[in-house]
Amino acid sequence: MSFEQIIFYIFSAILVAAAVGVITVRNPVHAALFLVMCFITTSALWLLLEAEFLAITLVLVYVGAVMVLFLFVVMMLDINIAKMREGFTGYLPLGALVAGGTIAVMWYVANNDYFNLTNMPPPERLAADASNTRMLGEQLYTTYVYPFEIAAVILLLAIVAAITLTLRHRTGTRYQKIDQQVRVKRDERVRMVKMESEERK
Amino acid sequence: MLVELIQSFFAGLGWPWGLPEWMQVGLVILAKIVVILVPLMVCVAYLTYAERKVIGFMQVRIGPNRVGFFGKQMWGLGQPIADAVKLMFKEIILPAGADKLLFLIAPVIAMAPALAAWAVIPFGSEMVLADVDASLLYVLAITSIGVYGIIIAGWASNSKYPFISAMRSAAQIVSYEIAMGFALVGVLMAAGSINLGDIVAAQQGGFWQWFWLPLLPLFVIYFISGVAETNRAPFDVAEGESEIVAGFHVEYSGMPFAVFFLAEYANMILISVLASLLFLGGWLSPLEGLLPESVFEITLLGSLLGPGLHWLVVKTLIFLFFYLWFRATFPRYRYDQIMRLGWKVFIPLTIVWILVVGVMIITGTPPWFDVA
Repeated sequence: MSFEQIIFYIFSAILVAAAVGVITVRNPVHAALFLVMCFITTSALWLLLEAEFLAITLVLVYVGAVMVLFLFVVMMLDINIAKMREGFTGYLPLGALVAGGTIAVMWYVANNDYFNLTNMPPPERLAADASNTRMLGEQLYTTYVYPFEIAAVILLLAIVAAITLTLRHRTGTRYQKIDQQVRVKRDERVRMVKMESEERK
Repeated sequence: MLVELIQSFFAGLGWPWGLPEWMQVGLVILAKIVVILVPLMVCVAYLTYAERKVIGFMQVRIGPNRVGFFGKQMWGLGQPIADAVKLMFKEIILPAGADKLLFLIAPVIAMAPALAAWAVIPFGSEMVLADVDASLLYVLAITSIGVYGIIIAGWASNSKYPFISAMRSAAQIVSYEIAMGFALVGVLMAAGSINLGDIVAAQQGGFWQWFWLPLLPLFVIYFISGVAETNRAPFDVAEGESEIVAGFHVEYSGMPFAVFFLAEYANMILISVLASLLFLGGWLSPLEGLLPESVFEITLLGSLLGPGLHWLVVKTLIFLFFYLWFRATFPRYRYDQIMRLGWKVFIPLTIVWILVVGVMIITGTPPWFDVA
């Protein structure tokens, strides 16, 4: 077994264990943290596939931003675990169906004629100085420029939509008007009062 | 230099004990890690000393001046060592309601990314531990893991002030990461690379060629976001000693507390080094282009005035001084003001300047972008 294979199996074992952890631990915060562990080990596996840009982006986006917000929400919620576990038997058949379907699809993808080893041989090793990021960028901005731009516009639309949906104008709330504060002049705040000095009585 | 010396020590002379090759490679990498981390830890220790001294002088106090070496006071130079020893021997208190495992893991999670990021930092044109192609992206990804240390510490303490602090710091770090990322987009557009070494190489040609000038707004935003990311004053609401006592590390004592401190200061140094690499030309000399070429060929003086590690150190020290200066000067931001600054000021500014950089690159604005 080569060194790379050893690393692959170690990270795969951690990944599977963490994934099992996500769905079995009782505490939702622990589950979220297991999910973080999943992402980090997945990124290590992608590094082994020479997909360093995707691996780093996975950590940057999912671990660095998405899961932080996820944890933020999960910590705030008061989740009643006993109540959540009540419907377990009721949901079991549906869950088993979904899981079975997913496994069947994966099995089919791995075992059909299009994706077997003769039609899809393992890609050749790239030279050590090959830049995965540059290759990805070239593909995205030349061959796939329209799908890429359309995806970007859809995402922008989603951001705007999400903000508009949650935006509400409340009347009567008091808040700081920073520009007004900055623009304030001395005369608006200070009033000089001329007073005659008085004799102490 | 030093690294090469060690490398030749390990790799050369045929190894009398006949170690296998992978072990040799491992030992060389391990030696390089030690060469990077030991000075870093010393810097962290003396940064705490510098902080107390500098702020002391700014507030017309003396600062630590008692603990020295060999029975001499020596301006209190022994203080960081004494502090470290004290923290090591203090009791580690586990709060009764705490999540014990996470409580102890949290400082480690805070510390590990602060050190791991140093793997790709170049100290000279050849001096880098791992010359990763996407090194800037790697630094961003690794440092973004650091926030988990604070969040987990706040949650696992099972106490209200740490929890408030964890919430604050999570929101703050995520917000400022966006501004920071956008500021870096400008840098990699200007340099045409996401490799830190190449980014420095793109700034060749003296003080006026460095990216601080064409990317001035991004430079300022990057450093301010960096201060916010490291939870330093005036953005230290996560610590907020006057409102939430000490934030996420209220319940920590002894060594775990010290590890949080080490992580914070290591991160400060990291942000400073990155700022000097990205905007101030890293190890390049500011005198290039100002002095005639022949000056750099004088034996000792030339290497001192020419590019080298010492310039990187000097630039980093300038940024570290800014950190301390900020802390001594500014009052803490209110929380909603921090959010406003991040989202409504920095992010629009960076987007506008990215556009400006794009236009400058396309039109080939001299003196920065006129060569293809």
